[in-house]
Amino acid sequence: MKQDSQIKGAPHSSIRHDSAEKHVTGRAEYTDDLLELVGTLHACLGLSQVAHGRITAMDLSAVRAAPGVVWVMTAEDIPGENDISPNGLHDEPILAPGLVQFHGQPVFAVVAETRDKARRAAALARIDYEELPHALDPIAARDAGMGYVTAPLTLRRGDAAQGLEKSPNRIGARMTVGGQDHFYLEGQIAMAIPAEDEDVVIHVSTQHPTEVQHMVAHALGTAANAVVVNVRRMGGGFGGKETQMNLFACVAAIAAKKLGRAVKLRPDRDDDMTATGKRHDFVIDYDLGFDDNGKILAVRGDFYARCGFSSDLSGPVTDRALFHADNAYFYPDVELHSHPMKTNTVSNTAFRGFGGPQGVIAAERFVEEIAYALGRDPLEIRKANLYENGQLTPYHQEVEDQILPRIFAELEESADYHARRRAVLDWNARGSTIRKGIALTPVKFGISFTATWFNQAGALVHIYNDGSIHLNHGGTEMGQGLNTKVAQVVAEALGVSIDRIKITKTTTEKVPNTSATAASSGTDLNGMAALDACQQLVQRLTAFAAQEKGVPPELVEIGETVQIGDERISFQDFVRTAYLARIQLSAAGFYKTPKIHWNRETGRGRPFYYYAYGAACSEVSVDTLTGEYVIERADVIHDVGRSLNPALDKGQVEGAFVQGAGWLTSEELWWDDKGRLRTHAPSTYKIPLASDRPKIFNVRLADWSINREATIKRSKAVGEPPFMLGISVFEALGHAVASFDDYRTCPRLDAPATPERVLTAIERLRR
Amino acid sequence: MASELRFLLNDTEICLTDAAGSDTLLDFIRLKRQLYGTKEGCAEGDCGACTVLVGRLLDGRLRYEPINACIRFLASCHGCHVVTIEHLRGQDGRLHPVQQAMVDHHGSQCGFCTPGFVMSLYGLWMTNPDPSVVEIENALQGNLCRCTGYEPIVKAALAAAKAGGQAMDALALERDRVTEWARAIPAARVESQRDGDRAILPADSADLAAALAENPGATIVAGATDVGLWVTKMMRNISPTIFIGHLPELKQVRQDEDGFTIGATVTYSEFEPVIAQHYPQVLDYWQRIGGWQVRNAGTIGGNIANGSPIGETPPLLIALGGSVTLRSTQGIRRVALQDFFIEYGKQDRRKDEFVEAVHIPLPGQDRIAAYKVSKRMHSDITATAAAFRIATKGGTITGARIAFGGMDAIPRRAQGAEAALLGQPFAAASFEAAAIAAESDFRPLSDWRASADYRRKLAGNLIRRFWLEQAGETHRLSRAV
Repeated sequence: MKQDSQIKGAPHSSIRHDSAEKHVTGRAEYTDDLLELVGTLHACLGLSQVAHGRITAMDLSAVRAAPGVVWVMTAEDIPGENDISPNGLHDEPILAPGLVQFHGQPVFAVVAETRDKARRAAALARIDYEELPHALDPIAARDAGMGYVTAPLTLRRGDAAQGLEKSPNRIGARMTVGGQDHFYLEGQIAMAIPAEDEDVVIHVSTQHPTEVQHMVAHALGTAANAVVVNVRRMGGGFGGKETQMNLFACVAAIAAKKLGRAVKLRPDRDDDMTATGKRHDFVIDYDLGFDDNGKILAVRGDFYARCGFSSDLSGPVTDRALFHADNAYFYPDVELHSHPMKTNTVSNTAFRGFGGPQGVIAAERFVEEIAYALGRDPLEIRKANLYENGQLTPYHQEVEDQILPRIFAELEESADYHARRRAVLDWNARGSTIRKGIALTPVKFGISFTATWFNQAGALVHIYNDGSIHLNHGGTEMGQGLNTKVAQVVAEALGVSIDRIKITKTTTEKVPNTSATAASSGTDLNGMAALDACQQLVQRLTAFAAQEKGVPPELVEIGETVQIGDERISFQDFVRTAYLARIQLSAAGFYKTPKIHWNRETGRGRPFYYYAYGAACSEVSVDTLTGEYVIERADVIHDVGRSLNPALDKGQVEGAFVQGAGWLTSEELWWDDKGRLRTHAPSTYKIPLASDRPKIFNVRLADWSINREATIKRSKAVGEPPFMLGISVFEALGHAVASFDDYRTCPRLDAPATPERVLTAIERLRR
Repeated sequence: MASELRFLLNDTEICLTDAAGSDTLLDFIRLKRQLYGTKEGCAEGDCGACTVLVGRLLDGRLRYEPINACIRFLASCHGCHVVTIEHLRGQDGRLHPVQQAMVDHHGSQCGFCTPGFVMSLYGLWMTNPDPSVVEIENALQGNLCRCTGYEPIVKAALAAAKAGGQAMDALALERDRVTEWARAIPAARVESQRDGDRAILPADSADLAAALAENPGATIVAGATDVGLWVTKMMRNISPTIFIGHLPELKQVRQDEDGFTIGATVTYSEFEPVIAQHYPQVLDYWQRIGGWQVRNAGTIGGNIANGSPIGETPPLLIALGGSVTLRSTQGIRRVALQDFFIEYGKQDRRKDEFVEAVHIPLPGQDRIAAYKVSKRMHSDITATAAAFRIATKGGTITGARIAFGGMDAIPRRAQGAEAALLGQPFAAASFEAAAIAAESDFRPLSDWRASADYRRKLAGNLIRRFWLEQAGETHRLSRAV
């Protein structure tokens, strides 16, 4: 298309999010804003009050008798399968059928005339339990013989035992990495509307409408074709709505079918945070061998994850932790084991990075260990161990697209790393109460679902005979700008202004069998599927024009002005002509990612189509009397290939950085010894504020990067990779702490580095 | 007796006779008026997705402030102008400058928090035409965004300030009309109820004492930044509820030679200019109380009367030597703040009494400071707080008042640390001795905010910090670039 540069909203232009004006005026509709049908009922879940136990008596009479209550539902009332396990292991009941396995597990649901009445009624339940012993953290679970929730993975290349033995330097230690609540601003919500026959329509805040469709069908004991799932947009997802919405959708759907009325279930924030999964906490035991120049020789690692009571997505999450336990570094001899531990906590789930960040932070700990042991700048150690093209990862994929050396070089210069590190060292040498730290860390992140079959997508593009265009695809909008980017692709492919294109809600009625909008894959997959649909339309319209006017197809160009030989005609008029000539003006597109394969049994393959890269340099100041800190400055260069929309991509990078920094600083999940999560609302669980972001924040895209693979417009995925840039803040905090010992001891901060943990580490290193 | 609640919601006058005491403003806006732009994110005043502006008369002038609608009781809006995102507009049907700046700077991603941010930024834009980055951050302490990392939102705030246009803003143009409307609301008692859930708005403080005598044990509500959660989170029955935030007598701030006497419902924000002028050493501490919306609603009297061991004002006011005036139909009495807190959940206040006024001494020549430590710098609940008032004469410490919060079931003084200082030289060694003593002054709890060990360590270190600052040897972390 030669019209590229004239098209409004073409790819690579920084157009605004399609809903931006609706966001700022409050007119963007979320599920709770949809007009309720007359007679809509509201559900509330009743949650277990013990971490592990058998229900010996359940007296719900007071709940039933409470004002406004219409129905109380327990496990026996589920017409189909009482299961929302997303992986076929049948280990996650909708409502606990007698055995509860974590504090806060849903046991019953009450449906009432108003949400307030449902909540008040739920509090009246009297449930007796025979308490059983519980284990909360992964090591306690291991020691108690709780076992795995799903099969563990081993990655092995070379001989780690021998490599370690031969290494001139060896260090073994343990690192503890905390989990993270998603804290999407819009909490979980589902509204089910019953229809004729077996049918039900669900409006739900979800990243995975197809999965809701299947789970609801199973729970109702019906077929998928009876269930329609709709989502226009989410108020944030971050992985927390990839499987966790199933509970709410199933309860709402069962109640709606039973009662013949619409049923909405929007849990209070506390119940949401208590009853839905989070990022996995990890305990990592490592053994590391390296030479005197800081080259890594061998790595052995055991990655214990707090998976919760059921498997959910813990298998692929813990797999991805291993896939990223090398971050950007070549390990000559390596052996990595995942331990997806069953614990009496809520079942942990997907969260931006999907286990990857927990692997990456381990790799960065290895770098710190070596740097402090050898008295070197950690950046030198990082550079010495970066992959070179042609080297193999622990899962035997060849690295082919390494660009970190250039990113490092540019970032060292733009962040003035060496001079600032010198200044930090000089400052700390004065022994002030305020100490400083600086760190520059990379990320290399593999793009593709490791479950190969998920790497497919569909799209549906209609051109109506007035020239307006309706775009639908299987991806979901959670703020990342997916719909905008896909519309940009369509605008260019059809040569028309983006204003012609109506972005519509995601619905299982239009594109079937979709994958979750997850793994950063939304644009890669759905953009390509939409492009496929557009190409079919262009081909059809071009052939029609060529035939009608008797010109060769090469002389036809579809666009705002359609060029047919010497003739020019407006898009509307041309489309109208094509319609009258009975040309099909609708196309379904499809895409599957090429090249990828993965054999979990052998631990070998090419699970990733390509890698996305980036690096960040962060400087912090730490108050060594309290452990509090501020991020003085952060500089980022991040690779998104040839960006489809630099403004939206930059927004993803900035947001991911701050979210990643939050994971490692103020966001702490805290369970008491009864297994109750006590940080279950924003009053107790502290995500970053505006005043926590870096005081100086320079974010740049690596605008020279072009994906060597044939992705959509040679762009790269952006959702998850920059999350790990926040690790630079964590490493900088460690650097400040290490000053107390003149940088001779690895600070070994555990995450999250709350002010308390920072002060504790300082006290440990203070003489 | 009037029994009709009246307020303005955007362009519409609302008259209610059946508002319950525990009805929240947010539920009214969304469920009764179908204004869906205002969102519920947490229902506890911590995320700001429900931010609206509330305009009310203060000293006869209309004052608009962002507040959290989720924990604002509907009845307390009597006589107010509630402004939601739907009311915000620019000239000629365009976006408002704040909205336009948010769009231009890509300040929204998922958009769910956005109306709340826009309303906070609108409140800032209206009152501060040229804010610094730190002032913008302070205005956004009560708004959580999980998508953007805030950078584009701060840039949008700066751009909105540049765009200007305050004089032509819709609220400015209708100010006279709204002021006139609010002044016409009679100072008469208002009672409203639904299903036995009662709201009482006394006519004045004498009527308040009478209302309390009629309803001993009634819940007294000023800013509702705590009581709101009793309803939204604990689903407690708080009826009958006596609202006091509208009473002008309880809003007075008077200065005499000893210090300030303030009405019990003076909010943190209303008192902030006094802090800035007369107690500048603790301004930073003051701005770490809640988020902006909470400071606009929450009251100093409420912070004291509620008796929480982790309120911010009690340690400060105990250290300064503050006291409270309690009033009932039986008369008034004055209690030193350090004696007001008896044990957890128990204060020296009879059921028929209310906190009428708070007395805050001036520091004179004494050295004062207040510090707070929490997991997150802003809008977080105290792990440990310390406040100091130290008097010296000729290099000797002649008075030492050090009060801590978060260290015990009540906010209280650190006797051991104070004893270690009294009569000693104003020197490092004295404060080191006090720091060590402070660690054994308390037996704090471990919880999700901090462990007992950390709290004890902080008790000593905050005393060390006080000395270092007095000695000019250190500086604190700063958000200023």
